[in-house]
Amino acid sequence: MTTHAPRFWRCIPQRYSLIGTHCTSCNESFFPPRNICPNCRRGAQLEECKFKGTGTVITYTTIHNATEDFDRLTPYHLAIIELDEGPRITGQIVSAPDGVKIGMRVRPVFRILGKEGERGIIYYGTKFAPIEETCCD
Amino acid sequence: MRPVSIIGVGCTKFGERWDASLRDMVAEAGIMAIEDACVTGEEIDALYVGNMSGGRFVEQEHIGALISDYAGLSRLHIPSTRVEAACASGGLALRQAVLAVASGYQDVVIAAGVEKMTDVSSGTAADALASAADREWECFFGATFPALYAMMARLHMRRFGTTHEQMAMVAVKNHHHACFNPIAQYHMEVTVDDVENSPMVADPLHVLDCSPISDGAAAVILAPTEMAGRLSDTPVRIAASSQASDTLALHDRRDLTTLDATVHAARAAFSQAGIEPKQVDVAEVHDCFTIGEILAIEDLGFFEKGQGGIATEEGLTALGSSLSVNTSGGLKACGHPVGATGIKQAYEIVLQLRGEAGRRQLEEAEIGLTHNVGGSGGTAIVHILSR
Ligand SMILES: [Zn+2]
Repeated sequence: MTTHAPRFWRCIPQRYSLIGTHCTSCNESFFPPRNICPNCRRGAQLEECKFKGTGTVITYTTIHNATEDFDRLTPYHLAIIELDEGPRITGQIVSAPDGVKIGMRVRPVFRILGKEGERGIIYYGTKFAPIEETCCD
Repeated sequence: MRPVSIIGVGCTKFGERWDASLRDMVAEAGIMAIEDACVTGEEIDALYVGNMSGGRFVEQEHIGALISDYAGLSRLHIPSTRVEAACASGGLALRQAVLAVASGYQDVVIAAGVEKMTDVSSGTAADALASAADREWECFFGATFPALYAMMARLHMRRFGTTHEQMAMVAVKNHHHACFNPIAQYHMEVTVDDVENSPMVADPLHVLDCSPISDGAAAVILAPTEMAGRLSDTPVRIAASSQASDTLALHDRRDLTTLDATVHAARAAFSQAGIEPKQVDVAEVHDCFTIGEILAIEDLGFFEKGQGGIATEEGLTALGSSLSVNTSGGLKACGHPVGATGIKQAYEIVLQLRGEAGRRQLEEAEIGLTHNVGGSGGTAIVHILSR
């Protein structure tokens, strides 16, 4: 069992609310936040931005054999999601009884991500769930 | 910069080496290489060793001094440096040694690689390997190493019509090659059905799509080409050495079905060597997962993007074809002691170019290539070797 707590506490604001960086020089957005824009480097103009969290599944897998921390969740879906503002992130897909598909629209949900040992610290973060397709709007 | 040649090689048996410790294995490979090269300890100027995670696998850091000590070189006090680039640590050690000799700073240099992975549980080993991915923004959310390659595989299938059967054929081929390699971890043929019926790890990748957990060590000795004829009867020239990097996390890449680090390293290597991909006779590529070999043969420039699966199915990469890929059995079947892999790849190519590859010997192999990847593609290292 590894001890992650300090490393993950540091990142709590970004994990709770998908806060990232927008570069006004090249108009690209980044998640997690970056101090240096890889396009503009010294010419960057960076500002904090908050992502809506809605996005599209680019690719995915179903994990049957996980590391010790996630073993109790198997099988679970993991995907790379392109947020509507552009950046891509890796996250679990939950509440998808019919499975995951490339191109599926998803929204963020707040869930327990992991626990350190039987009585350890519980940490929370963002997962994603399918957006119900409605035929009328 | 001056031309550099390989004057000696050595490699231990790969596999579950309950009988041998990390230091035993590296001494064994080192002594084989020194004897192969006909050099004495006094002639060695420096040592570079690739090791991904001695700290996690055997709770031993400071591998540089350890290796020099147990290779019997401690009283010569030569510089000994451990380098790390996850699964590309071995390739990186070779490249550091090449740069040291090419620059004229050192003459006779050992490049070694070692990993001892079976002293910990498979869960601990998987967690250590996952540290090659982005711990905070991939693993924290439940990503595993096979899962990252599985997501590349899924998209490759969707875009190019690659099938899982084609991926399984990479395993079938590499297991077949390994049967002819005495140092390989597995001497066991597998069929497409065996791969498809093996337990699922991360869909679409099954257990038999994945390289194993292995122990092993390898070493090569370099010298300036102008001295190589005196130190070896069969020197092999290093025609190119290149390295490239990319984002740590897979999700930040330009394209999820291309390892841009491989593309850039390959372009630089072919330009240095002044040759075209079609001139390569034999290649050891980074098949940590079966999809990894399909991506590699595309990104190295051997086949068009999207054609790697078909090329495998048509046997264009099998032993004895115009481009034989992973004659050692690859990471898949020869084994993948991560820090040793990049050096073992050079060992295999040297044997093929010298005509010493036994039952898997190719006819007329003149130019060989090695391709070593760190993580899901954050580092790629390419070497081109020629007779
Ligand atoms: Zn910018």
